Amino acid sequence: MKIAILLKQVPVKDATLKIDGNGTWIDESDLQFEINESDHFGLEEALRLKEKHGGEVVVVTMGPERVREAIKQALAKGADRAIYINDSEVSTPDPQVHARILAAALKDEGFDLILSGLQSDDYGYGQTGVLVAAELGMAHATLVMETDVQDGKIKVKRELESGWFQYVELPLPAVLTIQSGLNQIRYATIKGIMAAKRKEIREVSPTELGIDAAELQGGAFALEKVYVPQKTKETAVLEGDAKEIVSALVDKLKNEAKVL
Amino acid sequence: MKSPNVYDVYDINSMLSDEEKQVRDSIREFVRNEAVPIFRDYFREGKFPEQLIKPLGELGVLGANLDGYGCPGLNNVAYGLIMQELEYCDSGLRSFASVQGALVMYPIYAFGSEEQKQKYLPKLATGEYIGCFGLTEPDYGSNPGGMITRAEKVAGGYKLNGRKMWITNASLADVAVVWAKLDGVVRGFLVEKGTPGFQPRPMHGKLSLRASDTSEILLDDCIVPEDAILPGSDGLKSPLSCLTQARYGIAWGVIGAAIASFEESLEYAKGRVMFDRPIAGYQLTQNKFAYMMTEITKMQLLVLQLGRLKDAGTMHHAQVSLAKRNNCEHALNIARMSREILGANGIMDDYVSMRHANNLETVKTYEGTHEIHTLVLGQLATGIAAFS
Repeated sequence: MKIAILLKQVPVKDATLKIDGNGTWIDESDLQFEINESDHFGLEEALRLKEKHGGEVVVVTMGPERVREAIKQALAKGADRAIYINDSEVSTPDPQVHARILAAALKDEGFDLILSGLQSDDYGYGQTGVLVAAELGMAHATLVMETDVQDGKIKVKRELESGWFQYVELPLPAVLTIQSGLNQIRYATIKGIMAAKRKEIREVSPTELGIDAAELQGGAFALEKVYVPQKTKETAVLEGDAKEIVSALVDKLKNEAKVL
Repeated sequence: MKSPNVYDVYDINSMLSDEEKQVRDSIREFVRNEAVPIFRDYFREGKFPEQLIKPLGELGVLGANLDGYGCPGLNNVAYGLIMQELEYCDSGLRSFASVQGALVMYPIYAFGSEEQKQKYLPKLATGEYIGCFGLTEPDYGSNPGGMITRAEKVAGGYKLNGRKMWITNASLADVAVVWAKLDGVVRGFLVEKGTPGFQPRPMHGKLSLRASDTSEILLDDCIVPEDAILPGSDGLKSPLSCLTQARYGIAWGVIGAAIASFEESLEYAKGRVMFDRPIAGYQLTQNKFAYMMTEITKMQLLVLQLGRLKDAGTMHHAQVSLAKRNNCEHALNIARMSREILGANGIMDDYVSMRHANNLETVKTYEGTHEIHTLVLGQLATGIAAFS
C-alpha cells in the first residue's frame, strides 16, 4: 500500500505570537515550530497502515527551509522518504493554489491513500485535503476517526456532531483528512533517528511541478489584516436606593447583557 | 540583539548536530509526557516505576552509546543529552539507565565473551533483562580494591562468597555483574537471578533516590558456571573503567536536575508576590538566579567538550572526575537554592526542587565521592597521590 501523508509545520501551541510588520500575518522570526497536530495523527495512522498492510509511507511537505526539521522527525518515526516542496515562490495563502501544488507533486506517484490532518493549526482553513482530492479526482472523507482497509476499498469512521459517528466506504485511491486523537502518536526511537539520515528527501519547486508562476503570486483572495482581538472591559457602578439599583440592573441584564 | 535563552545562555544548542538535537528532543518528549507526571508518587512510595523499562528499551536508551548486539551506536554527546533529559525527571530514572548501560552492558561489551554478548546484550538493550553492578561493599566504598568478596575455583565453575551494598537495581535484576577476587585479582562474574546463594535484599529508609531500587547482595556459597566469568576482566581497572563510563553520564545527567529546579524556582519567583512585588524582583533572589544561570552554562560547556573528547577517543578519567565533581556540586547547590526560593511551599512534594536536592546528595556521593574526585584532581595537578 502506497501512502502519502501531507504534513505541515506550524508554530508550537504555547508560542507567544506577535503580528508582523505588514499586519497581515504573524512574525515568525523568534518562533519555534512543530508538526501540525492532526497531521501528526495522520502520520501515525499512515505508519500503522503500513505496518499492517506493507508498502511505503511518503511525507509530502511544503514550506520554507525550516520544515525540513518536521520532515526529519517524520522520517525518524518511520516514513520511508519525503518530497519537500520549497515554497519560496509562493506568496498567496489561497488553499486552492496550495492544493494544486501538492496535487502536482502527488499525481504521478500512484498513491493508494493520501492522508492529511483535518486542518492546520495556523491558517485553519481545513481545505487542503479535500481540495487535493478534487484536484486529483479522488474520493475523500473528512473528520476520520478510524480506518479499515479492505480489498481495494477503505471503510472509515467519521466524527459528526454531538457524539454521533458515521461509517463510510470509499474506493481506493482516496484522500482522508484525519481528526486528532484517533491513535496514539509514537516517539521517535534512537535507531529511527539514525536511520532517517539515509532516507531520501527530494526537493522540488512549484514551477518545476508545472504550476504557473503567476498563479503562485495571485490566488483568489489575499489576507487583508491580522489583529489581536481587543479586550474591552467596562465597570458601571449603579447608584440609588435598592429599588432603583435593582431596576437598573434588570434593565442592563435584559437590554445590554441580554441574559434575561 | 536577541536575548539569550535563560536555560541555554551560550546557545549550546547551536553546537549540537541535527541528530543530537533530535535524540534529545525525542527523549525529552517521552520523559515529560510519561515519566514526569508519575515520579512524585513513586518517590513517595519508594518504588521504581518498572512500567517505564520496556518503553525506554524500545526508544533505544539502554546502552545507547554501544554499537551492535541490538544497541544503536549513538555518539557520546547524544548519549549525554539522554542522561540530562532523564535526570530532568528524577536522578532515579537516570540511575536506572546509567546502571543498565554503563555498568552492566558496558562491562559485558568490553570484557565479555562473544557468547556472553550475544546472550545478554540484546535482552538488556530492550529492557527484557535488567542488570545490576556489584562492586561496593559495606566496608569498601571509596577503596574497592580492599574488597572481601572472594571467588574460588570449584569443579564446573566458581564459588562466590561475600557481601555487596548500595547496589542499584539489585532486587529487580535478572543478571548481576559481581566483582570478586579470584586468586587475589579482581574479576567480573555474571550471576543470574535465582542462582542458589545469590540473595538481594532491598535497603529501606532512604531519604534520597527513593524512586530507585537500592539493595544489598549476599553471596553465600553462590556457585556460578565456568562461562559466568568475564574473560576480559583483569584487576581493579576493569570495574573502574565502567565507573568512568557511568560518571560521564552523571556529569551530563545532573544538568537536567539543575535545569528542572531552576525552571521551577524562576517561574515561581515571577508569580509569587511579597511586599507588593514579585520575589523575582528582589536582589537576593536575582543573585541566586545569576548563580544558577552561570553554573548551568559552565556545566553545559564542560560536558559538551568532554563528550567531544570521548567521541575522539582521547578522554582521560581525570577529565571525567573534574566534570562529575563540579557538576554534582553545583547542581546540588542549584536545587537547594531553588527550594529556598520556593519558601515553605518548597518542602512539599508538589514541587520538584527538594526532591532533586535530596537525590543529588546521593549523586554527589556515589560513583566516586566528591572528596575522592578532588584527590584524583589533586593527583593530576601534583603528581602525588594523597591516597594509595
